[in-house]
Amino acid sequence: MSVDLEQFHAVFFDESNEHLQAMEELLMTLDVECPDAEELNSIFRAAHSIKGGSGIFGLNALTGLTHVMETLLDRARNQTMNLSVEIVDLFLETVDVLKATLQAYMQGSELPSDDIETGIAKLEAVLTAEVEQTASAVSAEVTTVSAESCEEDDGFGFFYDIDDVSPEADTTDDLFGDLAFGADVSPATESVKQLIAEQTESGDLNDIEGFGLFDDVDVEPVSAVKESSPSTVISPAVNAPKVTPISKAKSASHTKPSAQKESGSIRVDTYKIDGMVNLVGELVITQSMLSMIGNEVDGKAGEMLQAAIDELQRNTREIQESVMSMRMLPVNMTFNRFPRVVRDLSQKLGKQVKLVIEGGATEIDKSLIEKLVDPLTHLVRNSIDHGVESPEVRRAAGKPETGTVVLSAAQKGSSIIISIQDDGAGLNRERILNKAMENGLIHSDDMPDSDIWKLIFEPGFSTASEVTDVSGRGVGMDVVRRNIESIGGRIEIESKVGEGSSFNIHLPLTLAIVDGMCVAVGDQIFVVPLLNIIESFQPKPEQLQTLSNDNLLWIRGEYWPLVAMHELMDIDGAIEEPAESIVVLLESGKKRFGIQVDALMGQQQVVIKSLEKHYRKVAGVAGATIMGDGKVALILDADSIAQTCQDTIKQEACA
Amino acid sequence: MTEATLQQSPVASDEREYLSFVLGNEYYAIDITTVKEIRGYEATTKIAKAPSFIKGVLNLRGDIVPIVDLRIKFEVGEPTYNEFTIVIMLHVYDRIVGVVVDGVSDVVRLTEADVLPPPDFGVAFDSQYLLGLADVDDSMVILVNIEKLITSDALALVDNSHTAAIAG
Repeated sequence: MSVDLEQFHAVFFDESNEHLQAMEELLMTLDVECPDAEELNSIFRAAHSIKGGSGIFGLNALTGLTHVMETLLDRARNQTMNLSVEIVDLFLETVDVLKATLQAYMQGSELPSDDIETGIAKLEAVLTAEVEQTASAVSAEVTTVSAESCEEDDGFGFFYDIDDVSPEADTTDDLFGDLAFGADVSPATESVKQLIAEQTESGDLNDIEGFGLFDDVDVEPVSAVKESSPSTVISPAVNAPKVTPISKAKSASHTKPSAQKESGSIRVDTYKIDGMVNLVGELVITQSMLSMIGNEVDGKAGEMLQAAIDELQRNTREIQESVMSMRMLPVNMTFNRFPRVVRDLSQKLGKQVKLVIEGGATEIDKSLIEKLVDPLTHLVRNSIDHGVESPEVRRAAGKPETGTVVLSAAQKGSSIIISIQDDGAGLNRERILNKAMENGLIHSDDMPDSDIWKLIFEPGFSTASEVTDVSGRGVGMDVVRRNIESIGGRIEIESKVGEGSSFNIHLPLTLAIVDGMCVAVGDQIFVVPLLNIIESFQPKPEQLQTLSNDNLLWIRGEYWPLVAMHELMDIDGAIEEPAESIVVLLESGKKRFGIQVDALMGQQQVVIKSLEKHYRKVAGVAGATIMGDGKVALILDADSIAQTCQDTIKQEACA
Repeated sequence: MTEATLQQSPVASDEREYLSFVLGNEYYAIDITTVKEIRGYEATTKIAKAPSFIKGVLNLRGDIVPIVDLRIKFEVGEPTYNEFTIVIMLHVYDRIVGVVVDGVSDVVRLTEADVLPPPDFGVAFDSQYLLGLADVDDSMVILVNIEKLITSDALALVDNSHTAAIAG
């Protein structure tokens, strides 16, 4: 399992770096006097995403710090706490610590655990101060923090209890808590010096001494730098105006290791890959034109040309395959993370949960995979936290003690459906209604269930009675919906009290590849997804019946509707007599029917292109594709055809 | 129309360039910044149940692009397709749409003062798609608000949901 997780680390690091960058930018521009709610939400979400991701990978140092930060941010955005410049500074400091921590995880180097602890302590100090709501206490605490953070301008938090200061301490970071509280400085300074001396016996004492205490710093990024940085802590106390050296030292100590280990992958804008996929498609077409011309060249030149074209054909095919593979990935890439999430979470919550993964081989667009991670994580955590009940409750309800969460992916018609299904308690209508009333989202409870379920996607909506670091802040679901909508999908909820809930994500098929059968109707070619095809055959007269002028197929003791494609698609010059045509028997959802076409042209993998990008949705059509000759062929959507012909179609449940 | 280019006045500040084209016997012009490219007519893939002026879709270097025959839509000229039939590829609101015309004539430069309002009545052409009329070399050129036309419900090129997104 841990081996599988490895491959996602890089993605998580990239994402988290982006989140941290975004947080920093937002914090910098945040108007403290009247903060923009949306901005606060964004900062909060970024923190939440990092927390969620780090939780999955067991990067506990990140989880701990982001959790406290998130709690504060949550208060800020709910306006139960007033922001101040000091608090924003503190957040920025925290972001720096998070960056350092992330860096440490990436390089596998030692964690700045002291910074993390002090960071947590500082945030918690603000938190408790706020909780006490004692005006004096608040200002006192906050000013202490601010005095320090202003002077420091540094990512390290040095807010610590004086008790922790001892000569035995591994590093001297802790001492600053002492200084910040205005306690007697000199002993502390003494002990710092002493510690520095102790610590640097093996190192270069001059370097350390010159650093932090004096302006002219030329720090060698030795391994001791990080540990020695506490010496700078003294600077405010000894009145030496030394802020710059710290950052210098910090950046020095950070850039050095990162230069040692370059990332093994690069992230390329999918737009560029799209462009390449298109161009390669054109290349294939040009190549096939060339080979047509090549066939007309006679003699020796013709032979040579033919050989060269064959070579070109192989090469273009390989290019096409490799470009395609760049873009498409099995959805397992996302799903593989979840067994770990489920295990950790169920242990933490004292629940027994079994995760079942279905359809992991379904291929989806890489950009979709990346964007699915966050929403799926939220949904799976939600299912375990809120959906599946504790073993006792389950036993009492007559259900097996072990709950089941099913994560499945499947292609259906023109969309990919990813669903997270649990056999838990189901959504609680009353509780959602009450909460929605409380929040002023709705004013009447006269709504169908499906509308009520949608309420949980509202920002700030959570029915969990207590906030845990798992879920319950009401941030998850609105992020989920946003993320899914941003990739052109939609989410639906089905839920039954006592039986469980199912979250179904419908994603568009942009650039998915489909195995298709090409069929000819008149002068047009259509692609029928192989997935839908049961069989194709030339109907015998006795298999064709009519029911008030509509054609029916009689196969193996059942009647099926027969849809004439030339009528549906409005095509002239097709074979109109069913007995002379070919019938392709399709299955879609719960319906079966035959379509009447002129001929089968062969099987082929095609790239699904959106018709909606430049045009609009067309009934009966899932999308379009470009054939070898550069012409456009429409891909049929069996579901949609069945829908279109609903009236004349005999519905048959064949579950 | 070739003389029109010779009439080019010194560049004025509000001068804009329009691509003029022929539909039947009439001259039309559209903002040249919306034009992506001009190419010959190719056979399209028909779309079922689409209005007659939508000729179908074709492959423009990997994009599936709808083709509209403005001659059918505006009921001018004869919709014939031969080697001289031209398709103007437009790039409007991140969408690509091809329009079939009888021919492309010229690029004309017009200032706001050159553009005259169309008559209030007596013209069947829906004036909301008109920017105005201009006199170029003694011929009337109809300036079409092509962005509005392409996204209009009348052409039905765009789903309603998308229209809202574009408007918003």
